[in-house]
Amino acid sequence: MLAAFATLLVCQLAGEAIVRTASLPMPGPVVGMMLLFALMVARAPLPGGLGDTADGILKHLSLLFVPAGVGVVQQLDRLGQDGIRLVAVVVISTVIALAVTALVFAAFAKALGADDFTGQRDERA
Amino acid sequence: MIDFVDLWVYLSGSQLLWLSATLVAYLAADSLSGATGRHPLVNPVLIAVAFVALLLVASGTSFQTYFAGAQFIHFLLGPATVALAVPLIRHLPQVRRALVPLLAALVAGSVTAIVSAVLLARLLGLDRAAMLALAPKSSTAAIAMGIAEKTGGDPALTAVLVILTGISGAIVVTPLMNGLRLKNYAARGFAAGLASHGIGTARAFQVDPLAGTFAAIALGLNGLLTAVLVPLLLPSLLP
Repeated sequence: MLAAFATLLVCQLAGEAIVRTASLPMPGPVVGMMLLFALMVARAPLPGGLGDTADGILKHLSLLFVPAGVGVVQQLDRLGQDGIRLVAVVVISTVIALAVTALVFAAFAKALGADDFTGQRDERA
Repeated sequence: MIDFVDLWVYLSGSQLLWLSATLVAYLAADSLSGATGRHPLVNPVLIAVAFVALLLVASGTSFQTYFAGAQFIHFLLGPATVALAVPLIRHLPQVRRALVPLLAALVAGSVTAIVSAVLLARLLGLDRAAMLALAPKSSTAAIAMGIAEKTGGDPALTAVLVILTGISGAIVVTPLMNGLRLKNYAARGFAAGLASHGIGTARAFQVDPLAGTFAAIALGLNGLLTAVLVPLLLPSLLP
């Protein structure tokens, strides 16, 4: 578990170093994810328990957004007098983007016969 | 006799208090979410944030003091992002088969997220500064703030809009997809990650591991594509 966590951190560190040196327009952790992905595809010897550690962190991914979310609450006056209109744009644009993305994905998947992604969803959600 | 005022003054400035408060608020929000069968409106991020924010306002605590403790949780966003490679590997066969739908949806969704935000802002008579901050709102916070900086927008306002986008997407995605009668959970998850980045991805993982994996792919790819598209599209979208 410790070795697995160290692997995640070292990948992130390498990602940050690559982004900084090559001035890439993406966050270090995203490059770190690509590095870990490449290591796993190449079947590099990685510590056992990496899967469990990843599952453990990702199970409560929502928790990790709480501090940033609280920061936003402190900054809500930043929305200023345009607050209601800004929120309206955010909500409507997000609904449109969600619908277009999912519909295009599903239509292409159906046309190509690759649409059996019913998942193992939690039926209650 | 313990002096409670002294004790509070000591504890309220300590990192331990606000780290604990964040964890307890999240656990409470998560069990509320669980008790409602993960109802989309009972979003754990939104509820935990509301709990903590009320606590900060009621106790007159500054965000700086709060964040000194909460930063340990915030820090884990980095390794968690790296950890997304694991579900990606596990679902690699499905991802391979869905490569064409995935790329088509990426381009369509990314353009839609940017264009709809700027055009709606124009329609509602918002100013140029608002449009610059809204354009990258569907990408993850770090990327969106970088884009806003480049295009002359306000990174702090962008950060607020990015988080609001994440929370609204996480709340609306399940009822919207059910309304559209979409049963393809790869498509549903991909949309959640594309339109509402990490918070949408967290919601997708709550519903289904396959949906979560496709959300994580969308989160990564749309971050990159938004950084490329916003500077290209903005000149023709701005008044």
